[in-house]
Amino acid sequence: MFPTPIQKASPFVQAGYKLLLPLALFLWLLPLIGVAVTSVRPAGDLAAGNYFGIPSGFAGVENYTAVFRDSPIGLYILNSFKVTIPTVIGAVALSCLTGFALAVYKFKGNLILFFMFVAGNFIPFQILMVPVRDLTLKLGLYDTTMGLVLFHVAFQTGFCTLFMRNFIKGLPFALIESARVEGVSEWRIFRYIVLPLMRPAIAALSVLIFTFVWNDYFWATVLVQGQHAMPVTAGLNSLNGQWVAAWHLVSAGSIVAALPPVAMFFLMQRHFIAGLTLGATKG
Amino acid sequence: MTQAVSSAPGFWKKNQQKLAPWLFLAPGLLMFVIYVLVPIFQSIWISFHDWDGLGEKVWIGLGNYVELIDDEDFYTSLKNNIIWLVLYLLSIPAGLAVALFLNQTVTGIRLYKSLFFFPFVISQVVVGLMFTWFYAPDFGLFSQLLKWLTGEEVAVLADERYVTYGIIAAGLWPQTAYCMILYLTGLNNINPEQVEAARMDGAKGAKLLWFVVLPQLAPATFIAMVVTVIGSLRSFDLVSVMTAGGPYGTSQVLSYFMYEQALSEYGYRMGYGAAIAVILFLIMMIFITLFIVRMLSQERNA
Repeated sequence: MFPTPIQKASPFVQAGYKLLLPLALFLWLLPLIGVAVTSVRPAGDLAAGNYFGIPSGFAGVENYTAVFRDSPIGLYILNSFKVTIPTVIGAVALSCLTGFALAVYKFKGNLILFFMFVAGNFIPFQILMVPVRDLTLKLGLYDTTMGLVLFHVAFQTGFCTLFMRNFIKGLPFALIESARVEGVSEWRIFRYIVLPLMRPAIAALSVLIFTFVWNDYFWATVLVQGQHAMPVTAGLNSLNGQWVAAWHLVSAGSIVAALPPVAMFFLMQRHFIAGLTLGATKG
Repeated sequence: MTQAVSSAPGFWKKNQQKLAPWLFLAPGLLMFVIYVLVPIFQSIWISFHDWDGLGEKVWIGLGNYVELIDDEDFYTSLKNNIIWLVLYLLSIPAGLAVALFLNQTVTGIRLYKSLFFFPFVISQVVVGLMFTWFYAPDFGLFSQLLKWLTGEEVAVLADERYVTYGIIAAGLWPQTAYCMILYLTGLNNINPEQVEAARMDGAKGAKLLWFVVLPQLAPATFIAMVVTVIGSLRSFDLVSVMTAGGPYGTSQVLSYFMYEQALSEYGYRMGYGAAIAVILFLIMMIFITLFIVRMLSQERNA
């Protein structure tokens, strides 16, 4: 184990480490703590110049109610779900198929296709912006959540395919071969032998894609214009423009927008980290 | 597929192994081609035109690129992109340092690790708003701290000298968290016997880290490099939320500059925007090629 376990150090150092941990965490999360405290600060505090002292009272209920009552943030959140959930289902479903194809079959162009998916994942969004916006307009899907879903599904399929393919490669190939010898069709091998084993990969990818797509801001501004389809990231930015200097509202809105992916992360932490660190341990 | 078997059993049985991969690939590949692959070529094509997004495209050859050469904003963006790239790489050693700090087994360490990872889960829009508030003159925590330390206040996001660094600092926060989690996983999987053997031989501290531990962390470092380089060149959200490229365009980066040109309130210049995107794409391709070549050689060795 590296560094040396703290238990081997003197009690003095151990106590110091245990003291340092919460202190370091406090400093690390200072911007977040500041926003969280501001979101429950009475509006009067800000007017009186009490920006980062102890709040004069708890106004969490008022501030959060005001955010939901006076702004369309509820609608924005709903739109984000309308974009995120179908994208997760679509991208994971498509990549189960593509990942299986690239992991199990040897055919000409296999590696080229695989690296095309990998490379697609790294390209700058801007090179896609004009044509994708144009295509979405032509399909009549501009300014709809569906337009965003289709693009996200296609783009995320790149990352998901990389993930699924590597996961299936790690499964024992003998399972598939013995099924083939028994004459099981390729589709049934996928459906009844491989797919059940892919549950952990599906879970990991779902949380990751949920977070990526929920937090997308660029496409939300390029493919959507009106409130009725706007996801919460773009919505929050436009609200920030309206709430000039109303930092208690901006803060409360930020917390609301950040909550779903944060909740997702805490609920599915193991899967999330397993997905994110894929490849960090071996080749 | 059961139908295919009944109607043409011979053909399907013989060619199942050959056809199956393409059938499995078809839906995903189709989406990918329509939304990712084809648009790349369309963008390159559009970059040779003058186009407002609605009317006829007018062929102007290299006109957009010639205009870029004389565009001062282009050089500002390019320069800022290089600053982003270089400073963003700091998140790799920073992430390693945090990971080493947290790689202990004391009560509650799991929760600490999750909370340190927190900034990465939050949307960059929210991170941008947080840091805008952090930097705000008069009342922001950072400006107050600076005033207390130096007696002078600096409006970071309104000052041409500091604005890009201020935004990058905001970006380093989630990126360091990302690198940290990669290294924590890497540290979890290093070979303890090698470390112990090196300790027996008297290696410790920085030497042990450099010669024994870091080589074993190479896969984590590689992934951290990939995501950091790509992340730095993709920077858009923070610039858009924190400054919209200002003051006077001094915090622009190529990705934001492109967006502004193509979809600005002063009229759409899709061709010019596409040309900027192509330049950004070419810069990225250098890195993407390097990454892919490395991954490919690993794939061949596997």
